[in-house]
Amino acid sequence: MYESSDLRKGLKILIDGEPYIITEFQFSKPGKGQALYRCKLKNMITGYTMDRTYRSGDKFEPAGLEESHMQYLYNDAEGYHFMDTKTYDQVMLTAEQIGEAKNFLKDNMEVDILFFENTPIDITLPIFVELEVTKADPGVKGDTATGATKPVTLETGHKINVPLFIEEGEILKIDTRTGEYVERVKK
Amino acid sequence: MEVETPALVGAPAPEPSIETFRIPSAGFSASTPGKRHDLFLAPSPELAMKRLLAQGMDRIFQITHVFRKEERGGLHLPEFTMLEWYRVGCDYLALMDDCESLLPAAAMVVRDDFVVPLPGGGACSVEPPFHRLAVNEAFERYAGWVPGPCPDPDRFDMDMVEKVEPNLPVDRPLFLMDYPASMASLARLKPNNPEVAERVELYAGGMELANGFSELNDPEEQARRFRTDMERRRELGLQAYPMPEDFLRDLSRMPPAAGMAMGIDRLMMFLLGVRDIGEVVALIPD
Repeated sequence: MYESSDLRKGLKILIDGEPYIITEFQFSKPGKGQALYRCKLKNMITGYTMDRTYRSGDKFEPAGLEESHMQYLYNDAEGYHFMDTKTYDQVMLTAEQIGEAKNFLKDNMEVDILFFENTPIDITLPIFVELEVTKADPGVKGDTATGATKPVTLETGHKINVPLFIEEGEILKIDTRTGEYVERVKK
Repeated sequence: MEVETPALVGAPAPEPSIETFRIPSAGFSASTPGKRHDLFLAPSPELAMKRLLAQGMDRIFQITHVFRKEERGGLHLPEFTMLEWYRVGCDYLALMDDCESLLPAAAMVVRDDFVVPLPGGGACSVEPPFHRLAVNEAFERYAGWVPGPCPDPDRFDMDMVEKVEPNLPVDRPLFLMDYPASMASLARLKPNNPEVAERVELYAGGMELANGFSELNDPEEQARRFRTDMERRRELGLQAYPMPEDFLRDLSRMPPAAGMAMGIDRLMMFLLGVRDIGEVVALIPD
């Protein structure tokens, strides 16, 4: 069990049977008054956010989350399918659960999936991914009104802004945290 | 006059909400050889400085480290720097005048200006006069109820943090004053209104910077309050402290006085416009 003094940003606790993560945390102690622990919490399954203020002596259950290393297999009408490389168990996450990550998923990519009581709830991609440009218009020099970038399409179908010199067929290194172009990869 | 008092003490003030670091069996006294007693790291130099007033000093200050267990956050450290000052023959209004001189002087040294930018945007001008607001009025205005002489402490603390403090004006420093009598701790009650204690807190940049009062110098009343606090601590399952006997004995000789304690780290945070106390302290615990 956690105590109030364990509360901090990033801590995952169980509230009403569901896992929450503390997204913001503030310790307050009004003059000569008791310690108050003010938290912004996000439900890791539904995404619902709430504010709670706790006191000294309050106790919390850890969220009981487990992380597994998995490999991306494919996606179909139902969702995105992953396999545990050790046990060969397969799990599926819906497009909603995947969120932005679907823009960067490549076959056989290794990811971390967070489970709550055997239900997958979140996915963490490797920080960088290399993706091929499948469609790019040649950049028109002199078109600096758009800030010297142009949109291209990646092999995942996702569109991203890149410098004008990028051409179809090139491999780009993308930061999955920001979704931004980092550099060209020489092959 | 600047003074220094011990950080190691035999009996801290038994505040229900302040946990003191205990050093077991560290103290021994010549009158009881073979016996050891616990010592504590002082959470404030208050009791010692009041004993100096009882022994004839009349205007004293101290800048020292104080220690409070389990306090860690953007505005809290278990060891921090406190400025405390005491004036014999004055009441809490004199402390407010002191703050109205101290803040502008400090701002000139640190910023060469009376206007202090706030981290969230906007600015605070530290030229006097500061805002003055009574606790009852602040709660009525921002929390919709009046605490009176003995409010429920949980409700009071919660609303102070959730409704009152976040809504106090920040364009100038603010004195929140005249606390409920039940929250007086070592403060004197108003002579013509025993429902209110002559206690004041200075706020700047939305942060509590200082806490001061017209000092209670009635040893019986003080002992009674200490006993109430100790009982409250017992109810909460907190560690027991010995009764501060030396302090109580000297208290009867302490003339009327007023004293204030100001967090120097927080004063620096305010003047420099930073949000985290770690940014103004050289080395901090993890």
